[in-house]
Amino acid sequence: MDDLESRAAQALAEIDKADTLEVLDALRVGLLGKSGIVTAALKELGALAPDARKARGAEVNAVKDRLADALAARKQMLEQVELDRRLASEKLDISLPGRDGERGGIHPITRALERIASIFSRLGYQRADGPEIEDDWHNFEALNFPPHHPARAMHDTFYFGDGRLLRTHTSPVQIRSMKDRQPPIRIIAPGKVYRSDSDQTHSPMFHQIEGLLIDETSSFADLKGTLAEFIRAFFERDFEMRFRPSYFPFTEPSAEVDIRWDAEDGSTRWLEVLGCGMVHPNVLKNCGIDPERYTGFAFGLGVERFAMLRYGVSDLRAFFENDLRFLKQFA
Amino acid sequence: MKFSENWLRELVEIKAGRVELAHALTMAGLEVEELTALGESLSGVVVAEIVAAEKHPEADRLQICKVDAGRGETLQIVCGAPNARVGIKVPLAKVGASLPNGIAIKAAKLRGVESFGMLCSAKELDLDADASGLLELPVDAPVGKPLADYLGLPDASFELKLTPNRPDCLGLVGLAHDVAALFGSAVKVNDQTAAPITSNARRGIRLEAGRDAPRYLGRIVEGIDPAARSPLWLAERLRRSGLRSISAVVDITAYVMLELGQPMHAFDNDKLQGDIVVRHAQAGETLKLLDGSEAKLDEKFVLIADENNALAVAGVMGGFDSRVTDATQNVFLESAHFVPAAIMGRARKLGLHTDASHRFERGVDPELPLRALERATELLLSIAGGNAGPVLVAENLADLPQPVAVTLRRSRLQRVLGVEVADAEVARIFIALGMRVESNGEGWSITAPSSRFDIEREEDLIEEIARIFGYDNIPTHTPTGALVLAVEPEARINELALREQLAARGYYEAVNLSFVAADLLAQWGFTDRLVPLANPLSADLAIMRPSLLPGLIEALRHNRARQQERVRLFEVARVFEAGNPPVETPSVAIVACGNARAEQWGEPSRPLDFHDIKGDLDTLIAWGGEPGRWSVHADGLPGWLHPGRSARVVRDGETVGYLGALHPQLAKALDLGADVHVLELALEPVLARRLPKAQPISRFPAVRRDIAMDLPEEVSWSQIEQIVRITLGTRLQELQLFDRYSGKGVEAGRKSLAMGLILQDASRTLTDDDADRCVREAIAALELTCKAKLRG
Repeated sequence: MDDLESRAAQALAEIDKADTLEVLDALRVGLLGKSGIVTAALKELGALAPDARKARGAEVNAVKDRLADALAARKQMLEQVELDRRLASEKLDISLPGRDGERGGIHPITRALERIASIFSRLGYQRADGPEIEDDWHNFEALNFPPHHPARAMHDTFYFGDGRLLRTHTSPVQIRSMKDRQPPIRIIAPGKVYRSDSDQTHSPMFHQIEGLLIDETSSFADLKGTLAEFIRAFFERDFEMRFRPSYFPFTEPSAEVDIRWDAEDGSTRWLEVLGCGMVHPNVLKNCGIDPERYTGFAFGLGVERFAMLRYGVSDLRAFFENDLRFLKQFA
Repeated sequence: MKFSENWLRELVEIKAGRVELAHALTMAGLEVEELTALGESLSGVVVAEIVAAEKHPEADRLQICKVDAGRGETLQIVCGAPNARVGIKVPLAKVGASLPNGIAIKAAKLRGVESFGMLCSAKELDLDADASGLLELPVDAPVGKPLADYLGLPDASFELKLTPNRPDCLGLVGLAHDVAALFGSAVKVNDQTAAPITSNARRGIRLEAGRDAPRYLGRIVEGIDPAARSPLWLAERLRRSGLRSISAVVDITAYVMLELGQPMHAFDNDKLQGDIVVRHAQAGETLKLLDGSEAKLDEKFVLIADENNALAVAGVMGGFDSRVTDATQNVFLESAHFVPAAIMGRARKLGLHTDASHRFERGVDPELPLRALERATELLLSIAGGNAGPVLVAENLADLPQPVAVTLRRSRLQRVLGVEVADAEVARIFIALGMRVESNGEGWSITAPSSRFDIEREEDLIEEIARIFGYDNIPTHTPTGALVLAVEPEARINELALREQLAARGYYEAVNLSFVAADLLAQWGFTDRLVPLANPLSADLAIMRPSLLPGLIEALRHNRARQQERVRLFEVARVFEAGNPPVETPSVAIVACGNARAEQWGEPSRPLDFHDIKGDLDTLIAWGGEPGRWSVHADGLPGWLHPGRSARVVRDGETVGYLGALHPQLAKALDLGADVHVLELALEPVLARRLPKAQPISRFPAVRRDIAMDLPEEVSWSQIEQIVRITLGTRLQELQLFDRYSGKGVEAGRKSLAMGLILQDASRTLTDDDADRCVREAIAALELTCKAKLRG
């Protein structure tokens, strides 16, 4: 008995000194394992008288529990130390870049175009489209441009040998849409358009968005309201705006829309951003719509102009150079 | 249309300053494009005469001038202008004057010689761009007179950007009517008086061009002074309207055109033979024009001819041989009406754009010719003398436009504009614009003056009201209307989402021009079914692109040339193919070069290869949810692709695109390496998406078995995949290739593929035996069909 007690006391001291889990585990085997002292003491119980066996059994079990508790406590402590050491060693430079974190980006023209189209789609305008290689009828005649009319001279046109041409505006989509369906019509038609003109402020290919609304009640006042709302929604601010009388063969009355723009040098100036007007009765008739019953308005805007204003792009040509140093600014 | 502000103010009362006038014009649809103040701050500048000039002893280019500045004052002035010489009259800025360019004139010493003022060029006075020498004033300019008084300054040049519907404003009198309506004032233009007829010179006129030329007026003025020069006031008005003074006769016709809007022409009467004949040109007929060019004409041109020769292209330009010269003493003045349709496009066809064609193709008032002819005669007689013959008239009244009344309904006006305009205001506007107004029950009946070609229908009248009433005065209203909900098909991927997806995979969107150079296409081997432009801007922009790739690769090269080693670009746009009509196919393309991954610290770098781009293709295919409809094939490749590292992409049996490495020869020609890879697909197949239809998922666990097979190199993965799938049927959930090896331990010409078979049954748990049997079947099938061996 004394022997067990003294060996247990010695073991507890050894447990306290164990400084690795391996040492501790060896101690556990020596104490509680198959040939450990506790197991041996338990085996000796069989030789004792039943009364003595019970008392001795309780003593041995108490020793066993004490040792087990001490082993568990020491193990937990050592594990904690071990964990602390591991954690202390497992330090990363979290500022290193992540793996495969790169991303490309969409083009600023797409970005502006989608923003504009989405504003109008929230107002119930559906997207429409037409061919880029158009015929004279859709691009000019149906839009009330007679052959050789001086208004055509405002559209420097690319032709193909067969009389077809590259659309000079997105307005032919108006014609196609109106021929396809009956009012009420609300469409928005974004796309590429072409003019044979190239210099610092003109690209032979650029992007337009055409809007068209036809119903039984629309008026010039509605047109003004729609465009004022659009400008506010696109730029997320209010602008002083003005509608100036102008001329497009396919609308009457027609207007150009200017906004009061603050230049970076602090000055302000009127900047033309849109053309619009009430759809000309001839155009409605050309599309089989009764101009007495229906009125409507149309507007067209240059996407590049809006992208330049919105994102501070000063050179139109930058849009078509596809220089990554430019494109990455819009990612 | 450029004009002098002072001139306009002489024709109409304008109760507003310059800036306000410009604003009012712009807001009435007569946009002021440029406004240039002339002769501001010219106090201290006077007319002076150089009375003596001698060389500066110290400077070759300078002269020491003695200048008469009026009031008996003679000043010594050092001057460097090349045209400074005794006898000319020039502007003198006296000491104390401050020029428009900010120079303050002080007494100074120039190379040791004292100078008391400065003789000026037009540029220094901000009158003109001419800085070549001193502004030489007419010999009768009064010495000592303040220059501003003498030249009628200050003034301003207005440049209007007129829309094609307003030719009536291409003459100042027409413009004056609009201004009068805007400011509620009156036009101050007198009726034109007829010139005294003191000669009986006449010439027959025959109209043979039908409706194209319904009215032609002429007049012979004999015995003019060929040396007569335009008076200063006239030359100045021309100059401020953007025209140079040429000779008295030419200046007068230009002046009348600016004032009234009627283009005129003057012939040397002595060069004409017999009657004037207004006729259509014959095909192939030619005429040497005033500018020296040779016009090649056809039957669509109207000609002014005499009995023997063509003299002028009607409404466009006069001929060289019958022109007025500085020897001309007898002139024949032409003042005619040509209908717009007879002139439209004609000048353009000759590569010309003249003041006359600009006006005639837009429409000139048919009632103007007589008035213009009398006005020109009046000016000619007063400036160059001579004797006027009778007015010679030829006209087909039936072919002249007749005034038509157009009805404007009050209700329509309100409906279109969205505002009610008071009846009195409507009437006031029309009357001020020179229209005849009759009220009726539902609105007005309006007859426009003959100058207003643009008034044909109700909308034209509504526009006039809106314009003068003011667009600013029309309220702003948000439209109301039936809500029509647009249906967006779920079985189609949104184009923007596709772009975002490619951006998420590291690509930047590019936008290239739709036209490319024929040379570049030839280099790629695109030669068939091209769509060339008839009038390209340049050879580099001549052909509608048949593929997005040549342009994208050019963009890639642009970036490579700017230290960007790793470039990844995509574009979504249409490609074009010949057809009737031409075929436009929306496409998506990507190009990439450089390493597979962006440069980084944690992974080994390796060059981009075919399977990187195929990964892009695979994600696009996976997005649509129906990979079974897609396949790639090694055959049928275009010549611009590497024959062994490229593939043809097929969907539902149809080729929809290609991917792979550029052909080494093309890459070399473009100065690119083997790392450049491309993918181009028709857009619609990519955007097609399956509407998901859910299937029950198996409640039983899946079992995985891995095998490694030794196979001949030429057996493709897709063959293996197909064989295993067919063999195992629905029990095979997935077949996962996880290793590919060739080299040591594998015979030459063979490879080892390691794959995982994921097996599952919908109705029961597969036992080990089941799984083993599946594996055996798969191995047996591969051994049988592709000379495969199981690796140990």
